Amino acid sequence: MNALMREWQRFTPMERFTRWAVYFALVVTLVWAVRNVEIIPEFLIDAPEQMVDLLVRMWPPDLGHYHPAVHHALVETLHIASLGTLFAFIFAVPLALLAARNICPYPGVNAFAQLLLVTSRSVNSLVWALIFVAIFGPGAAAGTFAIAFRSIGFVGKLLAEALEEIAPGPLEALEATGAPKGHVLLKGAWPQIAAAFWGVALFRWDINIRESAVLGLVGAGGIGVVLDDAINFFQWDRVATILLTILVVVVVAEIIVTRLRAKLI
Amino acid sequence: MSASTLRRRAFPANWSARATAFGLMLYAIYAFGQLDITWARLSVGFGEAGRFLARMWPPNFSRAELLIEGMLESLQIAVISSALGILLALPLGLMAARNLAPLPLAVATRGFVAFCRSLHYVIVAILFVKAIGFGALAGVAALTIASMGFVAKLFAEAIEEISMKQVEAIRATGAGFGAVLVYGVLPQVASRFIGFSLYQLDSNLRNSTLVGIVGAGGIGGTLFAAFKRFDYDFVVAILLSIIALIFIAELISGRIRALLR
Repeated sequence: MNALMREWQRFTPMERFTRWAVYFALVVTLVWAVRNVEIIPEFLIDAPEQMVDLLVRMWPPDLGHYHPAVHHALVETLHIASLGTLFAFIFAVPLALLAARNICPYPGVNAFAQLLLVTSRSVNSLVWALIFVAIFGPGAAAGTFAIAFRSIGFVGKLLAEALEEIAPGPLEALEATGAPKGHVLLKGAWPQIAAAFWGVALFRWDINIRESAVLGLVGAGGIGVVLDDAINFFQWDRVATILLTILVVVVVAEIIVTRLRAKLI
Repeated sequence: MSASTLRRRAFPANWSARATAFGLMLYAIYAFGQLDITWARLSVGFGEAGRFLARMWPPNFSRAELLIEGMLESLQIAVISSALGILLALPLGLMAARNLAPLPLAVATRGFVAFCRSLHYVIVAILFVKAIGFGALAGVAALTIASMGFVAKLFAEAIEEISMKQVEAIRATGAGFGAVLVYGVLPQVASRFIGFSLYQLDSNLRNSTLVGIVGAGGIGGTLFAAFKRFDYDFVVAILLSIIALIFIAELISGRIRALLR
């Protein structure tokens, strides 16, 4: 009788304990962060007032500033993003092939390729931009390389994952005919990952359009340079124009990518 | 006509793919010209890169105090902005879900959320630095806006994918809106919400190491200053610490995700 009245619980006591421990740790971290973060109370109090002031200075946007200065910078940004994406693929495709365990059967090589991909991903594109500005000097070259080097890890990881998921059948069939390695990859692996490949390319291009807009802040060319100048001269109506431009470009890029993806996949 | 030419070729040439590749190549050449990237400039750059790397080694950890202080501030910014962003994203996500909120409200909220996402967080950080001054507060505000937009979008998509049967069942019992949310909606989305929140915490940690470049607090300010002073060995020390922090954070959040599943 008593055995039937047992109370059922979803988790074991140990599981419940760890869950509570995790929640507790999260709360403790949050409390620690709030208590220790250096926030100047005066700044916090007049923040709303200052925000309103900034917005008033931005209105109305100086649309006359768009042509030619902002327009040229915008075109440069688009080139940096597109060329950077293209460049990334030149490095990312071989690395992805080396990182995919079913394509490259050597664990040591896989691990090395993965390490390179992780390094590329963990450094932010702005930091890459700082590094390349130190190497190539200020300008669009630094921006292009920054975008490329940040994208390699992202693209390479996704391509390697797509490669590892392909069906081995077509590859084996081609190998059985005596096809060389290149043909096996081109006719066995490529058709299976083509959709993923274009999807990744479009996705990264979209991200790169956003990211290349800020590279100019550290001198790596593009629309960020004119934005930085306008901010430094406190020309807030021009800043508003530039922000609007970035906003429009980002939205248009997203629409293009969504359309193309629907067509391709 | 012989039979062999009529037979379908096993691997026909993909002319549209070739045309795309050719077009991209032409574009690359054109863009190189436009951006004024020449081989001479690149080869000079590669020489510089060698000197640059030489000056970076070995990493200089002698200013550890400055480093730790900056990292802790980045961590604080990340934690606070994630908490605030997720808290604000909960109602926004609900308001943007077309299956629960009235359509005009959903459309308006979606527009607002898309606006929050469309400006890069560094640009938002600049605006906040100009508006409310240097320091961690600007970083927290910028990253809160960004996380709010990102998490609210994911929340809304998760809510739109739920099964309405359970919601209707709870409604049929005469439950109020709050009870429908807690018993009909939340159980279906809770685990995904936690996943999104952890992901956002991770990416805020990455981003908080960066907002300092524009003066919004955290290690980024120290990094930028070191770059400007050409202290490249200290730069490497900072970069290595950031990579280590991100790596540890990914390990921890992976463990938490496994635990909560």
